[in-house]
Amino acid sequence: MVVVGADTTESIKTIEFAKAFPDRLFQLGIAEPNMISVAAGLAAAGKIPFAATYSVFGSAHTYNVIRQNVAYTNLNVKIFCSHAGLTVGPDGATHQINEDIALMRGIPRMTVLVPADGPETAKCVDAAGAMKGPVYCRFSRTNVPTVTSAEDGFAIGKARVLRDGFDVTLIGCGIMVARCLEAAATLERERISARVINLSTVKPLDLATIDRAARETGGIVTAEEHTVVHGIGAAVASAIAANHPVPIAMVGVQDVFGESGEAEELLHKYGLTAEKIVEGAHDVLKRRDR
Amino acid sequence: MVEVSEQLIAGLKKKAVTLRKHIIRMTHNAQSGHPGGSMSACDIVTALYFHILRVDPSNPTWPDRDRFVLSKGHACPVWYAALAERGFFPVEELMTFRKLNSRLQGHPELGTTPGVENAAGAEGQGLSFSVGLALAARMDHKAWRTYCVLGDGEQDVGQTWEAAMAASKYGLDSLTAFIDRNGIQQEGRTEDIMPLEPLAEKWEAFNWHVLTIDGHDFRQILAAIEEAHRTRGRPTAVIARTVKGKGVSFMENKIKYHGAATSDDELKLALAELEAMEAAF
Repeated sequence: MVVVGADTTESIKTIEFAKAFPDRLFQLGIAEPNMISVAAGLAAAGKIPFAATYSVFGSAHTYNVIRQNVAYTNLNVKIFCSHAGLTVGPDGATHQINEDIALMRGIPRMTVLVPADGPETAKCVDAAGAMKGPVYCRFSRTNVPTVTSAEDGFAIGKARVLRDGFDVTLIGCGIMVARCLEAAATLERERISARVINLSTVKPLDLATIDRAARETGGIVTAEEHTVVHGIGAAVASAIAANHPVPIAMVGVQDVFGESGEAEELLHKYGLTAEKIVEGAHDVLKRRDR
Repeated sequence: MVEVSEQLIAGLKKKAVTLRKHIIRMTHNAQSGHPGGSMSACDIVTALYFHILRVDPSNPTWPDRDRFVLSKGHACPVWYAALAERGFFPVEELMTFRKLNSRLQGHPELGTTPGVENAAGAEGQGLSFSVGLALAARMDHKAWRTYCVLGDGEQDVGQTWEAAMAASKYGLDSLTAFIDRNGIQQEGRTEDIMPLEPLAEKWEAFNWHVLTIDGHDFRQILAAIEEAHRTRGRPTAVIARTVKGKGVSFMENKIKYHGAATSDDELKLALAELEAMEAAF
């Protein structure tokens, strides 16, 4: 295993890896396309490179390099990106990428991971390193509560039901999983039983778990710190449309850019809250029962 | 200086004519592809595949092989021709170039074509990829070397210079880059599209060891490689002055043949010229 960095190794903590293995971190400067291609070259010679930086640079800025040099080549490159989504906060829209899931899940051969918390991020590192082939994993800078447990098994391609329920299913990824659990607790007080699924693998999608949720609960709300255009809402919607169509509501960024602000303020302003998930559930139930 | 025999030079010259004939036939058969830049790089590729590279056609992924990376992916006809002549796959397969279900894609694909080491087509990524290879060789204390052929059009691409900085930062002396300086890119002369000169000084400023040679003179090509091998602590950039379409009189220095195949009549003329050249050996 080796790590390549792009002048962000301190803020995303890959510097810790360099402390343990000084010869195995390559600091390549503010040159992310080069960083990705260097990782590809290292992989072609048998290394397992982790390319790590901020999501906006590790996905959008390098898109065609990832496409040609990582995915088309099917090389064993792991792209791990922090600072995804609105919660990067005061840095503003230039840094708040809400489109990276859309970009990456459109690339053939790419595995796309969005862990819900710290322990699951660690599991993603292990699982990505253990599998062969390109991986894109995105996570946020903001603090998140731990919602997965150490005993939870983790497997790429497997969505995990964190809470069972029968009236509606809430499917979240990343920081929105905690908000789905919060929404489910609210709904329970309203005597609405909500299933919560942690969709930490966006691609390949766990069709069986999603299909079961559609059949057993009859309605779905998705929640993501990402645009609803081609994000997990869109992925889930096309999966259920093909198998068992049920009403769906999508909580996420509504095709707009973000702005400066504190993480919580932004989530509130852009509608990425437990309340909005609850509203989405009400909407889905209304449409289903119509 | 290692003695370079007349016999070796004659053999390489002859092989290069064979490769050029393949390039003309392949692109004519496909009625597409990029003959001009394939022919300008032909002598460099010939020198590497038929005298320098330690590769094993029967074991294309031999871990200790030298790596050849074609950054200017559109010139893959010359790569495929060299690989076929070197025995990586049957020469007859060259005629499937750019056809449906072929192993010889319009631009190189890793994992499909025996001997191909990288995917290229979007310009400017190959040198970075080569930096990754050279770093891995160093980590593993391996002696294999990495040779990367870039187009001069690729000097427009920012990533080429990102890679140039990284290679010199890490002092990658096992990496040699050839810049196929044919002076023509898709839409015209490089100096009209985006002036590159002074190019050697640019590479020197990036702390590379820089050589400028005639890219059609095998003695100069081999001497440059030998000097690159002897150079310690820095990667070597060989700016190879070449002629686009080299080897066929009516194609030489013509912008048109960057991305145009020959017509039926032109095919006959081109092959006649190359066969006359062959007969002269």
